[in-house]
Amino acid sequence: MSAPKSLLVQGYEVVIGFETHTQLATKSKIFSRASTAFGAEPNTQACAVDLALPGTLPVMNREAVALAIRLGLALGSHIAEHSVFARKNYFYPDLPKGYQISQFEIPVVQGGEVSFLLGEEKKTVRLVRAHLEEDAGKSLHDAFHGMTGIDLNRAGTPLLEIVTEPDMRSSLEAVAYAKELHKIVTWIGICDGNMQEGSFRCDANVSVRKPGAPLGTRREIKNLNSFKFMQQAIDFEIRWQIDQIEDGHPIQQATVLFNPDTGETRAMRTKEDAADYRYFPDPDLPPLVVSNEWVQEVRATMPELPRQMAERLVRDYGLPEYDAATMTQSPAMAAYFETVAKASGQPKMASNWIMGELSRRLNAQEKDIAESPVSAATLAALLQRIADGTVSNNAAKQVMDALWSGIDSNLDAIIESKGLKQVSDSGALDALIDDVLATNAPMVEQFRAGKDKAFNALVGLVMKASKGRANPQQANDLLRQKLQ
Amino acid sequence: MKELHQLGVAELAAAIANKKTSAVEAAQLLLARARQHQALGAYLAFNEDATLAQARAADVRIAAGERGPLLGVALAHKDIFVTTDFPTTAGSKMLAGYQSPFNATVVQRLTDAGAVTLGKLSCDEFAMGGSNENSAFGAVLNPWDASRVPGGSSGGSAAAVAARLVPAATGTDTGGSIRQPASFTGITGIKPTYGRCSRYGLVAFASSLDQAGPMARSAADCAALLSAMAGPDIDRDATSLDHPAENYSAALLTPREGTSATQPLKGLRIGLPAEFFGAGCTPDVLAAVRGALTEYEKLGATLVDISLPRTELSIPVYYVIAPAEASSNLSRFDGVKFGHRAAQYNDLADMYQKTRSEGFGPEVQRRIMIGTFVLSHGYYDAYYLQAQKIRRLIAQDFQQAFTQCDVIAGPVAPTVAWKIGEKSDDPLANYLADIYTLSTSLAGLPGMSVPAGFGAGAMPVGLQLVGNYFKEGELLHTAHAFQLATDWHTRAPQGFWQ
Repeated sequence: MSAPKSLLVQGYEVVIGFETHTQLATKSKIFSRASTAFGAEPNTQACAVDLALPGTLPVMNREAVALAIRLGLALGSHIAEHSVFARKNYFYPDLPKGYQISQFEIPVVQGGEVSFLLGEEKKTVRLVRAHLEEDAGKSLHDAFHGMTGIDLNRAGTPLLEIVTEPDMRSSLEAVAYAKELHKIVTWIGICDGNMQEGSFRCDANVSVRKPGAPLGTRREIKNLNSFKFMQQAIDFEIRWQIDQIEDGHPIQQATVLFNPDTGETRAMRTKEDAADYRYFPDPDLPPLVVSNEWVQEVRATMPELPRQMAERLVRDYGLPEYDAATMTQSPAMAAYFETVAKASGQPKMASNWIMGELSRRLNAQEKDIAESPVSAATLAALLQRIADGTVSNNAAKQVMDALWSGIDSNLDAIIESKGLKQVSDSGALDALIDDVLATNAPMVEQFRAGKDKAFNALVGLVMKASKGRANPQQANDLLRQKLQ
Repeated sequence: MKELHQLGVAELAAAIANKKTSAVEAAQLLLARARQHQALGAYLAFNEDATLAQARAADVRIAAGERGPLLGVALAHKDIFVTTDFPTTAGSKMLAGYQSPFNATVVQRLTDAGAVTLGKLSCDEFAMGGSNENSAFGAVLNPWDASRVPGGSSGGSAAAVAARLVPAATGTDTGGSIRQPASFTGITGIKPTYGRCSRYGLVAFASSLDQAGPMARSAADCAALLSAMAGPDIDRDATSLDHPAENYSAALLTPREGTSATQPLKGLRIGLPAEFFGAGCTPDVLAAVRGALTEYEKLGATLVDISLPRTELSIPVYYVIAPAEASSNLSRFDGVKFGHRAAQYNDLADMYQKTRSEGFGPEVQRRIMIGTFVLSHGYYDAYYLQAQKIRRLIAQDFQQAFTQCDVIAGPVAPTVAWKIGEKSDDPLANYLADIYTLSTSLAGLPGMSVPAGFGAGAMPVGLQLVGNYFKEGELLHTAHAFQLATDWHTRAPQGFWQ
């Protein structure tokens, strides 16, 4: 796969692969019964197993496996009937056993792909695998003067590490992939997606090469925990690598960290310090067996996936692809849209309003659509009032403001009290138009003399006289009748 | 009338049930006797208050009319099982004074059955060794000859049971650590099928091999303990077998089909692997073993020649796999969370290095290094993976053998107990002495040691019996029939009967 010329950076092709650690939304840890809830006092959610006390043993949490199966089903992966947990051995104070239990040679989820739109273009990123593993604890270097604190609450939290092929060719594509993956894992309910709390952590493997050349040496940017930093970090890394190569310095394989304050990446360790992890199958855990029945059981609980749903919205509601993709950003938004579209009978108007008026207001208050002060049923009713000519689109925005502020929740009462109802009554409009024609005789003359522009001016005067409440189409029709 | 310390498990349970004595009285007497014989080095820890509280609780249950094969019976645990009432050291300076917040499943099951824990028994450090000389807290002496080792790694358990300090004890067996000390001290011990007893609460040595089992003065007493110890524990140990507990005591009394009182083992085919009877075994041990086999023939059993062709390979295979697992299992002893931490260090790496150099003894360090090496990049395939392949072949050899016989018999060890210090500078000699017990462990099969006579230096010799998976009942039955016909298991070392 070679990038089009337009994507080259200073004549270099960018190659990016991702490793994403998604924290699985289980109630208890992957190998113990301790809680996984975030934010508790240090070491209050670490049981004897998490502390690796002598004599303790890991026992697989089947809930975590079920969540891994969900991801595999969502991404069209192969679910391995037998997968194996290995020990990755290294010493670190926040790694209580002195090894991490992780699937190494045989992961539970194999292959699959993530597809998404990058602008108008459909992109597909292939997955290598997704494997189950346990998280380590946290070292608190700043909490105690001259000492390091260890918090083992996070130790043993289930992670699913999702690894892609090096299929991405720009930072934009990488971010779009990460956003799509984030959407999927939250959509299917396997991860809460909270990037600040570390529930969705991305490592980007970045390399550059001249088009057609073999893959360049990669550097891995660790722990990208916001989409904004992700793009900044990758862009910096690309420029840095190209500068190095142009200056005649070959790239050394390394693990780097992004510093958001400086906007730079910096090497943490190079390949020379790479540890020998002495992986071997964990003798405490028999191979993980996932029966076909188990997979079918999980399949029966799978929701409609965002991509399938977007296709359906295009098919059933005639939405443009862009609108359909936006309406399927989250299960809450999709549900909101479908309720509005069905109740109002105005799907395109629904997506316009959700993307425009609703999103603008939600974003301003940093609210999720699930917390919208205006319910889908209310918005549907409002859109119906636009459709049946009760209010103009502009007047509806004023109604929306009133509904949003919560002063009144009765749609029709708001329209009434604010005098926003369109004048569609032909008697009232008749009188209004007669008045305008009478007081603007010169303009009528101009129209009769063949100046079409004068007609538009007269419509404007009618609308003005109605204080914007006249139904524009009706005003138009009546005026033309009277002038003939 | 025997004295209390002379009673086995069943006899003591009966004496307590019949109010001839009480659990408290028995515990007090045995504690006093244990202290009197502290020179043996068998016990590492007592907690008299906890012991007597357990004994009183047993007496209350008995007074309320409850009866059980272990109710009120005094036991002691190998110090590799974690316990809430006693510190747990695993024989290592690394864990000196370590207090576990929970009981091992095996300990808890025995306690729930009403057993009273007298204390913790010495073992080779982290169960690594076959002489109990690797304990950080001193060697254990063999009650039959204080200049000799009691075997290991469950050497404290073996010495205490043989010296009539306690009627029975728990042990663990990774490559022979129940069977070999049982053989060296003239007691009976059984290592069940791998996964039959929960490993939860065993300080891990080699996860794919470690297995708990009872050590006592008869097969009948072992059966009583094992019935309480075995059974699934799948919520705590993923390698625990989901196979219901059995009443092994009932299995002892159930006659084999088609047998008679004089021929209770009629139809039983005992396989004798040629590899167990070769030049590697000393003549005194072979003579005792052959004597026992003659006795089995009298009981109606048939002797069948079989072959376990990869017996010799079991030594290198075991000494790759067990250290590999140990090197990883022992990583948690890093000075961070529990156990020993060096007093002075410069940085994290220095803290790890000093802590582990000070905390682990030489044999443990040697095995960590071997294990680290065989798992290292570039060596893994040649050592660890290769060993796993041969391990599967060894297990297949046994299955082949069991098409020809019901039980396999041979010596437990090539020699009787050796002199303290005799092999301590020669790790290879120690490893070679494990030749007859390692293959059973690698295959995960149940095996036991039954007193079969005496060899050089008037030291006890054990007969090893190996059964197929889950055949503990048949093994115990086979041993019990022998013990009904012989009295080797009733012999006590001089000075320890009274």
